Amino acid sequence: MSLLLTTALIGVGAFLAGLLGSLTGLGGGIVIVPLLTLAFGADIRYAVGASLVAVIATSSGAGATYVKEGFTNIRVGMLLEVATVTGALGGAYLATVIPANAIAILFAVMVLFTALQSLRPGQEDVTVLAGPLARRLRLGSSYPTERGPVRYEVRRVPLGLALMGLAGVLSALLGIGSGVVKVLAMDRAMGLPFKVSTTTSNFMMGVTAAASAGIYLQRGYINPVLTFPVLLGVLAGASTGARLLSGAPTRALRLLFTGAVVLLALELLYKGVSGGL
Amino acid sequence: MAIRKPRWADERVARWIGIVLRGGVLVAAAVTLLGAIALLLQHGSTPADYHLFEGAHSELRGIGGIVAGALRLNSKAVVQLGIILLLATPVVRVLLSLLAFILQRDRLYTAITSLVLAILLYSLLLGGRV
Repeated sequence: MSLLLTTALIGVGAFLAGLLGSLTGLGGGIVIVPLLTLAFGADIRYAVGASLVAVIATSSGAGATYVKEGFTNIRVGMLLEVATVTGALGGAYLATVIPANAIAILFAVMVLFTALQSLRPGQEDVTVLAGPLARRLRLGSSYPTERGPVRYEVRRVPLGLALMGLAGVLSALLGIGSGVVKVLAMDRAMGLPFKVSTTTSNFMMGVTAAASAGIYLQRGYINPVLTFPVLLGVLAGASTGARLLSGAPTRALRLLFTGAVVLLALELLYKGVSGGL
Repeated sequence: MAIRKPRWADERVARWIGIVLRGGVLVAAAVTLLGAIALLLQHGSTPADYHLFEGAHSELRGIGGIVAGALRLNSKAVVQLGIILLLATPVVRVLLSLLAFILQRDRLYTAITSLVLAILLYSLLLGGRV
């Protein structure tokens, strides 16, 4: 295949990934790596580099609207970023010692876990009593609702920090936003309201991905020829998705997208185990 | 006891962050697109191969080399410059938050944000090397 045709196909795939990722809230990052490695035979290191760039693009692109709406908790985000960027440095180091097959298997397991979590209904377990560390760090805030601003507090900060360190490692190693681990940390562990954790997680994703992408760029993992159709495609897809968001049949799309993602993950798992990458 | 700053300060910072992010992404995408068009015009008919991992050309790995290449209008370097501009958007986001915490005289969060910024710059400028 000529470069022009391959580029066009990758661009279309990335557009769909960005579109479905934003409509379903799963993020486009989790399909980019399997798409590039399975359909286009890309080396997994190039695929991870391109995917990280796409994660930054969607995070910064969407962040502009999220921050404005007043849900993002910048203190919580910044505190947890200390853990995610440190984790990302660790993950970027691990990427040099872990073989490609093991990365593929880990990726598949992570995707299956994400799909499983996304099918479970979200639980609203908002903290009203601040933990001791959260009070010292002044993490509590309020968020807008129909009945006016609602105050919330934060708990279990050390557990949240530990989970976010793990999210950073996985983000760097697999080229994903690790939104699922972040939501686990912020919703379940720290008790943040769902809207706050989702938008704050999005705020953090770009910063986390930039920490490892900077290292990958200097290692030569970011291949410009492979990365540009991914970057432009995902960006166009995500902004189209953001505009369609109100009228789309979200539930059906979510099932469809999750199904597709699971199939890709299983194939990646098989390739990883059989050594076919 | 720290005095709580009024909410409008936070909101104004948020609005600035929003404008900078959107502008940064648009500029980065535009530069990438220009490089991409030139790249496809030059190499569009050559066969594509992403399987063999050689690593990007050494000139395309560092900020200095990329800027020099882009000034010579090397298409791959222009694409890479667009990608670097995109990588810079989260850094600017952290920088603006740092500025906001300094203006609010919030020492604790000024320190926390400086730490995040230091790790980011260490990765972007030194590639994580010691």
